[in-house]
Amino acid sequence: MSTLFKDRKPVDDTWVHLDGEQPIPQGADVILPLARYIDDPKQVSGRVGVFVEAGEQIEALRDHMDAIDLIALDFPTYADGRAFSKARLLRDEWAYAGEIRAVGDVRIDQVLFMERCGFTSLLVSHQPTIDSLLAGQDPGISFYYQPAAENAPVPMAAEQTARPWLRRRSV
Amino acid sequence: MYRYDEFDRGFVKARVDQFREQVERRVSGELSEDNFKPIRLQNGVYLQLHAYMLRIAVPYGTLNSTQMRMLAHIARKYDRGYGHLTTRQNIQFNWPKLSDIPDILEDLASVEMHAIQTSGNCIRNVTADHFAGAAADEVADPRHYAEILRQWSTVHPEFLYLPRKFKIAVIASPNDRAAMQFHDIGLEVRKNDAGELGLRVFVGGGLGRTPMVAKEIRSFLQEADLLSYCEAILRVYNLSGRRDNKYKARIKILVHETGLEDFKAQVEAEFQRIKDGVLQLPRESVEAIEAYFAPPAFETLPAVSETLSDAVSKNAAFNRWTRQNVHPHRKDGYASLTIALKGTGEAPGDVTAEQMEVIADLAQRYSFDELRFSHEQNAILPHVKQDDLPAIYDVLVEHGLAAPNAGLITDIIACPGLDYCALATARSIPVAQSISERFADMDRQEDIGALKVKISGCINACGHHHAGHIGILGLDKRGEETYQVTLGGSGDEQAAVGEIVGRGFAADEITDAVETIVNIYLEQRVSAEETFLETYRRVGAAPFKEGLYPVQEAA
Repeated sequence: MSTLFKDRKPVDDTWVHLDGEQPIPQGADVILPLARYIDDPKQVSGRVGVFVEAGEQIEALRDHMDAIDLIALDFPTYADGRAFSKARLLRDEWAYAGEIRAVGDVRIDQVLFMERCGFTSLLVSHQPTIDSLLAGQDPGISFYYQPAAENAPVPMAAEQTARPWLRRRSV
Repeated sequence: MYRYDEFDRGFVKARVDQFREQVERRVSGELSEDNFKPIRLQNGVYLQLHAYMLRIAVPYGTLNSTQMRMLAHIARKYDRGYGHLTTRQNIQFNWPKLSDIPDILEDLASVEMHAIQTSGNCIRNVTADHFAGAAADEVADPRHYAEILRQWSTVHPEFLYLPRKFKIAVIASPNDRAAMQFHDIGLEVRKNDAGELGLRVFVGGGLGRTPMVAKEIRSFLQEADLLSYCEAILRVYNLSGRRDNKYKARIKILVHETGLEDFKAQVEAEFQRIKDGVLQLPRESVEAIEAYFAPPAFETLPAVSETLSDAVSKNAAFNRWTRQNVHPHRKDGYASLTIALKGTGEAPGDVTAEQMEVIADLAQRYSFDELRFSHEQNAILPHVKQDDLPAIYDVLVEHGLAAPNAGLITDIIACPGLDYCALATARSIPVAQSISERFADMDRQEDIGALKVKISGCINACGHHHAGHIGILGLDKRGEETYQVTLGGSGDEQAAVGEIVGRGFAADEITDAVETIVNIYLEQRVSAEETFLETYRRVGAAPFKEGLYPVQEAA
């Protein structure tokens, strides 16, 4: 059973996840596979999300940034890090402002990295990770050696005058 | 050398605390090995054949005497009294208990060291020329660039789960002593026509089962763009590198399959997009890091040391050692020296706690408190006065550290092989020891001259066999250790991948095969000045094949 987290808090998942065939419920917020969305970007009457498999390029979504409310990026295993770069491109290059959701093998030790790359929600099925997040465990450390696509403004480290690449998380 | 400030100390301390808590969860059984594995790998902890192995990062191979003494302390307290220098300028310990590793990391943190990103599919320790800042032939000390890259790549949230590991090397000399062209990114510091420092960028080099020499992707990159350009390369690689087959997952395969021009265009597009952004390096920031690598307070000395000349004329053994192990320095009256961890019959790169302390003392007393680890698994004192060489030599002799074989046939690179490694298919260390014993006669070694023998115990090529003038690859053929020989490889500025000469040799034949190769070289060379590699490049593989595989076998 998966649990959806936003800002590290469990929330109800109001989105309907559809595969390539299932009918689209009227008025619902639905997440479609990439190919199905591109096939007809206007087929959804409610809010629309797109699920991108790890092996799929996001290029096809470039012209639809304003129409898409959620992009779900897949981690088929925790070791497959392609979605980190996709999230960075979405945030930094395309200035995508909607929800970026991590789905698949989401683990506690990657949560901070996901947040730093621009993910705003996590659909977690890994039970130890669900337990850790519910327990409020902080998965990361607050010293960063490089800028990334931080969601919230990150205070500059005091040392930054000499080393402008440093960042420090606000605690 | 670089020193931590509050930020760096805070980072490493937080990381140690985090890992301590994770190890406790593992030891208590709350974390399974499956869930613990990605965590331990990001902290340099491998699970080997017999025990956990901890690989400690030595950024660009530079360390001070305090750090070296701490390594000795770790060897003694938590291991079996020795450590092992790796081919990426790191040191690893083969016998720590998992429950001790948080304490080891805390000890390391107290001397500004850690084990972060020494394993896993992330950006690994950035390596550099082991004579950086000392060599007479360099345009600048390249280590501040290596340090900036080290910082940027440390827990980079986007690049911790790459298709495969990623290695960066930086040099600043036309003579490549760091095998730069066998790295995922190779950087050569150079000056442009305006006299500004910048970087020549190579990409897609690597060893492993598909060895490739790196290709130049940019002839001159502005210093300010160093991080932007590297981030662009990494992003293209992370998105497009193959993940379907771990043996085709290194960036070399992506560059090869995409084609250099196409790959370059992708990197360039991403680079142009980000180059004027937050990663741009202001000159004053580069200078702030550069200041950590300011040259030490060298004295003004005569170019020729009379003390040295005198000792050389009186002591033949010392004379031999200076011929091989002492290297030119940019400052008159100084030298760099190689402390070869390759005594006759020894395991290449192994160093005892006692020897570490001796080397630390020598570095403190004679080399401005600085020492290096080379990718050739030796220790280096970068800045010693020529006047002090006789005194240093006496100490080295006393502690079994004066092997006068730097660059000779017994200065062998070897991976840990089947004696330690879970991936190995054959042993490496006994082969190195056997060759070392066969060629123990120093007159013979010097007559043979410059010859790099490199031994890997499996196809992953940690022992750099593809880059060996003589490369040896240990394989398992139906349960028998078999050693395949390659010739003509080189890790220098004329990098080349060695060519397989023919069928492999059994464990009890391989040393004879090496001797046959050496004897053929001695017959073929036009003079004693023509090195093995030069001879091989001139005559090709044919005479060696004829000698190794006599005619009756060919039928």
